[in-house]
Amino acid sequence: MAKAADHSTINSTNGQVAIGANTQSVIAPPELEVVNMTKRFGSFTALENVSMTLKPGTLHALLGENGAGKSTLVKCVMGFYKPTSGEIKINGQVCPVNSPRDAQQYGIGMVYQHFTSVPAMTVAENLVLSRYDNSNVINWKQEMEGLRAFMETAPFQVPLELTIAQLAAGQKQKLEILKQLYLKSKILILDEPTSVLTPGEADEVLGLIRQQVTAGQLSVLMISHKFREIMAFADEITVLRKGNFAGNGKVKDLTVSEMAEMMMGEKRDPQPVEKSEHAEPAPVLQIQDIHANKDNGLEIVKGINLTVHSGEIVGIAGISGNGQRELVEVLAGQRPATGGQVLVNGEVYRATRAEMYKHRVFVLPEEPLRNACVAHMSVAENLALRTFDRPPQAKGILLIFKAIREMAVGLIQTFKIKTPSPETPVGNLSGGNVQRTVLARELSADHIKLLIAANPCFGLDFAAVDYIHSQIVAARNRGVAVLLVSEDLDELLKLSDRILVISEGEFAYESAIAEADFATIGRSMAGH
Amino acid sequence: MAAEALGWWGVPLGIMAGTLRGSAPFLFVSLGECLTEKSGKINLGLEGTLLTGAMSAYAVSYQLKDVVGPGLSPWIGVLVAGIAGMALGFIHAWLSQQPKVNDIAVGIAMIIFGSGIAFFFGKPFIKPQAPQLLTFDLGNWSSLPQVQSALKISPLFLLGLIIAPAMAWFFKSTRWGLFIRAVGDSPDAALAMGVSIKKVRMLCIIAGSFLAGIGGACLSLYYPGLWSETISSGQGLMAVALVIFARWNPIQCLWASLFFGGAQAIGPALQSVGIDQGRYLFNAAPYVLTLLIMIITCSPKKTLSGAPGALGTIN
Repeated sequence: MAKAADHSTINSTNGQVAIGANTQSVIAPPELEVVNMTKRFGSFTALENVSMTLKPGTLHALLGENGAGKSTLVKCVMGFYKPTSGEIKINGQVCPVNSPRDAQQYGIGMVYQHFTSVPAMTVAENLVLSRYDNSNVINWKQEMEGLRAFMETAPFQVPLELTIAQLAAGQKQKLEILKQLYLKSKILILDEPTSVLTPGEADEVLGLIRQQVTAGQLSVLMISHKFREIMAFADEITVLRKGNFAGNGKVKDLTVSEMAEMMMGEKRDPQPVEKSEHAEPAPVLQIQDIHANKDNGLEIVKGINLTVHSGEIVGIAGISGNGQRELVEVLAGQRPATGGQVLVNGEVYRATRAEMYKHRVFVLPEEPLRNACVAHMSVAENLALRTFDRPPQAKGILLIFKAIREMAVGLIQTFKIKTPSPETPVGNLSGGNVQRTVLARELSADHIKLLIAANPCFGLDFAAVDYIHSQIVAARNRGVAVLLVSEDLDELLKLSDRILVISEGEFAYESAIAEADFATIGRSMAGH
Repeated sequence: MAAEALGWWGVPLGIMAGTLRGSAPFLFVSLGECLTEKSGKINLGLEGTLLTGAMSAYAVSYQLKDVVGPGLSPWIGVLVAGIAGMALGFIHAWLSQQPKVNDIAVGIAMIIFGSGIAFFFGKPFIKPQAPQLLTFDLGNWSSLPQVQSALKISPLFLLGLIIAPAMAWFFKSTRWGLFIRAVGDSPDAALAMGVSIKKVRMLCIIAGSFLAGIGGACLSLYYPGLWSETISSGQGLMAVALVIFARWNPIQCLWASLFFGGAQAIGPALQSVGIDQGRYLFNAAPYVLTLLIMIITCSPKKTLSGAPGALGTIN
């Protein structure tokens, strides 16, 4: 910190930066400038000649699709990556940042998309640990006094004695931000800070940060996908597309569609989905009082009852960690239920291979590479995982490789899977193409009766999302019963016929989509 | 046999004596393994380290007895055992942190390597008698020779008694201790703090191996107090199981070591009162306990609480 303060005094006397214009009594954040930053990984260029300026006391949003280079840019700023070329200027002075520790010394702190606190340690231990100083023995009595004093002045509170594993997602996100305030960071970099928060929590957290920015105590660089939040909280935006600078501007001068155009390179509206009415809905999936434990043996699914009819998409909303993952794992046969039963087409369903085949149950689980693929096996083999043991792909105990390959070639074409060949290990494909591979396998079968999808579009770009959405709706229009579990509320509101909210292992809300109320859903997700 | 004069009282006394004597190697190896595993790596090679430590301590003590005298030479032996352990630890730390290298596989190689080194250099020292470490004779108040010999306490055991709580304090109240826990539980978080995972693990594995080497010195210079190729009989591996039993907590490592040391003494204690039947069965008690602990603590339905999060993952 001392170093950062030195820089600002030197620079303001040099008059290079308008920091002296800031008449706040608090120490104003420095100006951060990225100049002609390029980063290559081998032959792949992740970032090409990007420049941007974060003015003191502003909230600057960094926009772009997945793979546009946003994370690479901030990781270069933080010293995680060494840029191939380009430099970072703080208050006009070139400052080499070789490690996160250097960044910290210049007063730059980052809040990551994933949580960086150590789960087995308490909040207090994590906060003390995050501080870069030289005292080796920790005087806990003194530290706790200091931490309590800090918490009293902080914009939000987190209990100091709890371990991170006991905190809810919202609390963890708050802690990550608190950590940076505790370290007295003046420039905060937020990587999709609201991705795990309810809309209400997101507004609260961003609102409190906005207050600090408006007071001139902080500058914020925020990576975000959510136009709503950018419109409400950001001052300026910089847009990246495929590693290149694609535009910038003041939020008040821009509209959402102009920003989307900068991101996509063309104007486009999300494709509307067309639903057809389905005659004679019949119950396909009946979940009766299902209970299940999470990995540590504690009960997480606490008696779920739900019926999904043919030709219907039932959406389950909820903050991650409220039991939806475990529920999907029970339905997919990955986790034993501790109580209750599942009926499919009126018969007890235990997710054996024979029952899956008989009842035509298909699953698009989250993290498809981990849950639905064998990473080292080829695309063709993965596409055949549902069918390889039946004719025409098998004859007795022998596999007919020609049939497997032919089917794979067909599916790769129909579902536009980008793979060098059907023999490429599926683990070598990009996330979107792994998702397409699973989608191809699960949706190509004849007469699907039941589809269970969990976060099917997580981490995919717009085009892939539209494609998957249209496939799911097409399946519904054919009469498939669809259970859709998602953390993306917009996706659920777009696709579902009926929406439920899961909170702490129980349903907290249910409504037909026409009567669904956004605010009530948000409150139910937060458990109120 | 004087033990017969004590009758059945010889059994609990024997077990107690065994607990005090036999637990020292368990304690040192398990503390070393605890430190190593807290940083997120497993070092199965501590079995080899234990043997190398035992051999080098014994050899040094024997070779130097005429140079520095039989009082000092075993202590130099202890030090050398620790240093020999550090050398093996360095090899393990370096190998197991190479990309795509599995620490279990390296550990098994290191068991074979460490014991091979020990057997190779230890051949000439199987016969001669090396000076032993002094003991604190706390049993002189008793006229019974069994009580007297049971209460011959090694200073190394006492050292272990101090190291266990010291390590617990280290993990809780020092910056370094917190860094090690962070590296072992969530390497990503540690990286974000600017901690070098490689360095932390390197130092932890080397320090852990130092302790395991000293554990070897307990074997050859205190109890049973000789050098032979069968001296460790798998105690290094059992210590790894013991760390799981102790939930990666140094204080509980102490209790678990005492428990294992006692279990090891069941066979000999029964033998001393003349029960020879099933003696092999009783001698197997520590191994059976190891298996039982593994079975009890492993459950497909839940993850083990207290386990460092990064354990068993490849860098």
